[in-house]
Amino acid sequence: MSIFVDENTKVIVQGLTGGQGKFHGLRNRDYGTKVVGGVTPGKGGSDVDGIPVFDSVKEAVAATGATASFVVVPPKFASAAILEAAAGGITFIVCITEGIPAHDEAVTYNRLVEEYPDVRLLGPNCPGIISPGKCNIGITSGDIALAGGPVGIVSRSGTLTYQALHELSQQGIGQTTCVGIGGDPVPGTNFIDCLAAFEADPETRAVMMIGEIGGSEEERAAEWIKLHMTKPVVSYIAGVTAPAGRKMGHAGAIISGSKGTAQAKMDALAAAGVHVCLNPTEAGQKMVEIVQAL
Amino acid sequence: MDLFEYQGKQYFARFGIAVSPGDVADTVEEAVSVAERVGYPVVVKAQVKVGGRGKAGGVKLAHDLEEVRLHAGNILGLDIKGHVVRRLWIERSSDIAQEYYASFTLDRPNKTHLGMLSAQGGVEIEVVAEENPDAIAFLSIDPVRGLDLATARRWVHEAQLDEVAREQAAELLVKLYDCYTTGDCDLAEINPLILTPDGTVHALDAKVTLDENASFRHPEWEEFRATETEDPREKMAKEKGLNYIGLDGTVGIIANGAGLAMSTLDVVNQVGGSAANFLDIGGGANADVMAAALEVINADPKVTAIFVNIFGGITRVDEVARGVLEALSRVDIAAPIVVRLDGTNAVEGREILAPHLSDRLITEPTMLDAARRAVSLANA
Repeated sequence: MSIFVDENTKVIVQGLTGGQGKFHGLRNRDYGTKVVGGVTPGKGGSDVDGIPVFDSVKEAVAATGATASFVVVPPKFASAAILEAAAGGITFIVCITEGIPAHDEAVTYNRLVEEYPDVRLLGPNCPGIISPGKCNIGITSGDIALAGGPVGIVSRSGTLTYQALHELSQQGIGQTTCVGIGGDPVPGTNFIDCLAAFEADPETRAVMMIGEIGGSEEERAAEWIKLHMTKPVVSYIAGVTAPAGRKMGHAGAIISGSKGTAQAKMDALAAAGVHVCLNPTEAGQKMVEIVQAL
Repeated sequence: MDLFEYQGKQYFARFGIAVSPGDVADTVEEAVSVAERVGYPVVVKAQVKVGGRGKAGGVKLAHDLEEVRLHAGNILGLDIKGHVVRRLWIERSSDIAQEYYASFTLDRPNKTHLGMLSAQGGVEIEVVAEENPDAIAFLSIDPVRGLDLATARRWVHEAQLDEVAREQAAELLVKLYDCYTTGDCDLAEINPLILTPDGTVHALDAKVTLDENASFRHPEWEEFRATETEDPREKMAKEKGLNYIGLDGTVGIIANGAGLAMSTLDVVNQVGGSAANFLDIGGGANADVMAAALEVINADPKVTAIFVNIFGGITRVDEVARGVLEALSRVDIAAPIVVRLDGTNAVEGREILAPHLSDRLITEPTMLDAARRAVSLANA
C-alpha cells in the first residue's frame, strides 16, 4: 500500500500552463499519474497536451472528480492557490513553490486547520510525493524510485531524498511511498504525520527519515517514535557542520541560538531507538541490512 | 537578513514605535554633527551585527563635543569579534528607570506566532529563560487573528510590567506585532525596552531579522541589502545570484540542492577535511551557473581542492558535466576538482568528462570516495 496517494488518485495541476507546471505536470502524467486537469484563471477551455484547463479549481473538480492538486505557482500567488484548492473540494494539496514568505505560510496553515480540517497540505518548498509505480506528484524523477516496498521515506530535503531513493533502488530495495515534506519553517505535513501513516500501512516495514538543522520537528518525531512506532526507523540529519544563525539554503534550515542543531536531533532520535547514521550512504547501507533481516 | 541596530530602529519608526532620537555617522565629524543636533548627553554605538558590543568598548556615553570626538574616533575601526566598525549610531542618552524585554518570532512546533515579554530586560533573554523562566510571559498568537490591544493589555499585566508603563507598553507591543507581521520579520526584538523616570516607554535597542522570501513586496529593503554582506566572497556570489555561505575551511563545495550541499559539508568534515563554503547551485543548473560557482570558489585563496557533488533529479548530469568543462575553458581554476556525478543521465555525464580527466579534474563513483579524495588533495 501507499500513503496519502495511490494509483486511483486524480490530480489537477494549478499552474499547468506555466513553464514549470507544464514540464512537471506532463512528467507526472507520463509516469502514470492520473493528471486529469489544469487550472489557470482566464485559460479555461484550452488544453495542455490533451489535459483540459479550467478557470478555477471548483470547475476542475466538478468536471474531473479530482481529489488532489499539484500547486506550481509563483510565491506571491501560492497561498491563494492553496486556499482555493481547499475551498474547491481538494483534500490533498502538494505545493512545491519555494520562496513563500513565512507569515503567509503561517496564516495559510492555520486557515486550513480551522476552515478545512480534512485537507492535507504537503509542502510548500517540497519535492512532492511518489508512490513508485502508482502515483508521482511533484518533481522527483520517477526512474530513481523502485516499486514494491517495503521502505517508506520521509524527508525535508529534495536532493537527499533522491540520494536515499538511489541508495535503496541500487540495492534492489523498493519503496512504498516517498514523501518530501519540504524545507520551509511552516510545513503543512510534518514528520509525525508521515511516520503515523507509515506505521499504519501494512506494506511499509521500515522507514527512512531524513532531517536537517532548524526547528524541533525531528525531536518531536523522536518522542512520537518512542511511544508509537513499532517499525524500524533509520535516520540521517544534515547540517552537523552548519554555522549558527545562517539559513542553509532552505528557509527553515537555521540554527537559532543553540536551538535546532543536528546533534540535538541525532541525540533525541538515538534515544528513541532510531538507527542514526552519519551520512546518506551509511543510512542506505543500514536500511539494506534491516530490510534483509526482515 | 539581519539588520543593524540603526536600521532596526529606522524600521521600527515606520511602524510608529518610539525610539531615541539619533542618526548614523561614518566619520568623527559626522558623529559630532549628529550629537550637536540631538543634544547631549549622547550614546555613541558601534554598528556591528554581533552581540557583546558594550563589553568590547563599542558603546560609550559622551557628555560633550570632545567626548564624542574621542569615543567616535576610538570606536570607528574597532574590531569586535571579527566585525570591524564602519558606522556609528549616535542617539540621545536616555535615563532608565526599568528595563524590559519584548519580542515576536515564529513558534515553529505550534505553527503560531510567539510573543515573549519580560520585566527583566537588558540581559540576554536566553539567560533569563535559563535562570528564571517564570519571569517571561509567553503569548501564543494565532496568525489568522493577530494581536489586539485587549490581549496586549492582559499580557503586560501578566508580565508584571510597572503599572505606569503598562498602557504605553501594550500599545507599543501591538505596533511591534504589526512590524513583525506586515513588516515581514522573522524576528522583531527589543532589549531593552525601557521605562524612563518621567514615565515614557521606548525601544533602546532593536534586533530585526527580515524574511527574504518577502522581498518581492518590500522594495524599501533595497537600502538594507546594500549594507548587508561583509564577506567579499558572499558579495561576489550574491552578484552572480548564487546561494553561497562563506566558511573557514579549505575544500570548496559545489552541490545541487540545499540538503545535499549541507550533507556534503558534513561528509567532508567526517573524513578529516573542512569546507570553505556552502554553495547550492539549485535545480537545472547550466554551464553559466557552474562557471559562476567555480569562479566564486576560485576567488577564495584558502581553497586547495574543490568538490563538485551532483545528484541529478531535475538537474541533468550531462548538462552539469558540460558546464564543468565549459567553466574550465573560461576560468583558470587554481585548485584540483573532484567530481561525483549520480542520478539522471549520470552515465552520459561521466562519459563527457572522461576524455578530460587529469590530476586537475578527477571523478569518483560515490559521495564518500569523492569527499576522501578532495580532502586528501586539500591537505596535500
